[in-house]
Amino acid sequence: MHSELVTADQLQIAPARRRRDVIIRYTLVVTALVSVVVSALIVWSLLREAWTFITEVMWADTWGQQGWFPRRGLYDLPTIIVPSLIITGVAMVVAGPLGLGAAVYLSEYANPRVRSWLKPALEILAGIPSVVLGFFALTWIAPNIVGRIGKTTFLVIGAAILLVYAAVSAGIARAKIKQYREGAADPSARIGAVASIAVLVVAFALAAAWTLNVWLNFAPNNAGSLAAAGIGVGILVIPLVASISEDAMAAVPDSLREASAGLGARKRTTATTVVLPAAISGIAAAFIVAISRAVGETMVVFMAAGAADAARFTDSPFEGGLTMTAAMASLASGTDSVVGEGLTFQSLYFVGLMLFVITLSLNIIASRFVSKVREAY
Amino acid sequence: MSMTDEAPRLIERPLAAGGASPEQETPAPATERDVVFESRDVNVYYGIFRAVRDVTFTVPKNEIMALIGPSGCGKSTVLRCYNRMNDLIKDARVTGSITYRGTDLYDERVDPVEVRRRIGMVFQKPNPFPKSIYDNVSYGPRVAGQKKGLDDIVERSLRKAALWDEVSDRLKDSALSLSGGQQQRLCIARAIAVDPDVLLMDEPCSALDPIATARIEDLMQEIKQDYTIMIVTHNMQQAARVSDTTAFLTADIHSENDTRTGILVEVDTTQKMFSNPSDERTENYVTGRFG
Repeated sequence: MHSELVTADQLQIAPARRRRDVIIRYTLVVTALVSVVVSALIVWSLLREAWTFITEVMWADTWGQQGWFPRRGLYDLPTIIVPSLIITGVAMVVAGPLGLGAAVYLSEYANPRVRSWLKPALEILAGIPSVVLGFFALTWIAPNIVGRIGKTTFLVIGAAILLVYAAVSAGIARAKIKQYREGAADPSARIGAVASIAVLVVAFALAAAWTLNVWLNFAPNNAGSLAAAGIGVGILVIPLVASISEDAMAAVPDSLREASAGLGARKRTTATTVVLPAAISGIAAAFIVAISRAVGETMVVFMAAGAADAARFTDSPFEGGLTMTAAMASLASGTDSVVGEGLTFQSLYFVGLMLFVITLSLNIIASRFVSKVREAY
Repeated sequence: MSMTDEAPRLIERPLAAGGASPEQETPAPATERDVVFESRDVNVYYGIFRAVRDVTFTVPKNEIMALIGPSGCGKSTVLRCYNRMNDLIKDARVTGSITYRGTDLYDERVDPVEVRRRIGMVFQKPNPFPKSIYDNVSYGPRVAGQKKGLDDIVERSLRKAALWDEVSDRLKDSALSLSGGQQQRLCIARAIAVDPDVLLMDEPCSALDPIATARIEDLMQEIKQDYTIMIVTHNMQQAARVSDTTAFLTADIHSENDTRTGILVEVDTTQKMFSNPSDERTENYVTGRFG
């Protein structure tokens, strides 16, 4: 015998309520779709216009020309790519050591009281609008820092950076040589080892030759320059490097620090031999994200890099130059706008596509590294 | 209970005392054996909170000393005083004195890093570095500046830790590829690679299955001829099986703010502690009526 019977109607949800559920659900689906659709449309328009440029441009105009003069039909790509690389390089030389140092201090040394104000202070730095930083780079960094770098100072800085690079790549090369000896049975490991050593050597030779060239043709400059803009961008990405690296180091379990201390390691030994290696993929990700941000940064380089909408080719950080982002911004902005002016206009999309591909691939690499950190322990 | 006016108990006890049954060999009193540690009135504070109160006992050389007691009684906190691991915790403070072979461990001239090279530690959860097996074992000697003879040290330590036969052909593999029991033996190998004088073990088997536990207990018996061992365990059978001396701690619960302070109840030979303890609280604990 049943106790009191229950009908299906009694267990039914009120129709008005059910309708509301459905409405909310579809509203949310639409909001999610809008951002996807907008991104897709942007990529599509970028691709379409860039494709027009790729198919219609005389490729001879994009390489080995005097400079980037889109109005005159000269689209020398190295003129805008090389300054982008130089500014990114200078930015990472500034932000790498400072950001990583801050991260190590915050995660390994700072006591909670210092940490409680230092971390928010770093985040305030991240909140400074880039236009303010651009102005600062142009009016203060350019005359007071870059303007005071003499020929000798440049050589010292350059040599120091090259030495650090040489030391790091010597370490990598030693590991690779060991790998080469051990991987006797595996030819692909041998080829990989040889190839990576070759890449390191070639990169070092290029960097050394470039440093020497800049040193020989050195001319001081108080106005906007690639170096000034690079330092500005560097300041901009310090918080990025610091906070992502610090997250990676904070994720290293304390049990490893205790194990290291228990074996008679000092704090700096624990930091360099246990915490940094364990967090290395997160730190690499921090650097990649910062590079991607530096390549894409516009306002600082637009204001402080010392070139208007056209520029001659330069590979010296002490001269004014035009980055990919600044080239786009200046071409498209204000009364100078070139909307609808044929190839000049489409070149802008082509540069945009290049930037998009660079930052997208850097971000994909970075997220790979981050997921590796999660697997590690 | 107060122990401030007492000498460490093991020293106080006369030769024939201890109530050991005739077939059991009575350990000689500490005065005639080498003493490694002597602690007197040790208090540990975290900020203003007192975690451990007035702990006094001695640890004889080449013996295994077990610290037992219910959860939250401060066993691990006491253990961590012996290699100054509490220094790593912000606001932790230790008062009283702990002498190690005649020197006060908390003397201001003593460098905690040097202390930890002589007094090694194995932790509750296996914590190998995310490096190769070889790099894990050679870490301590390398940190101490040794560059040569690492291969020998790695082999000797792994053999002592009864792990060599299982890993000798894959020393370059990641330590994280080992099973939990193997990882813990690796941690023991890593700790003995620096050739310490004392090993502190903080519940080294609590994360392991019975078979892995038995292996580690056997291992402790084998290596005790070379080392002095202090082990924290909340497994009473384990303390009874492996240790020569046992200290029982319990928690003094302050009802007004629900905090606990660890106090030492009794220290004696393990044999006596488990058959005929002097204190009622010890008896209640070892017979399972409490804790």
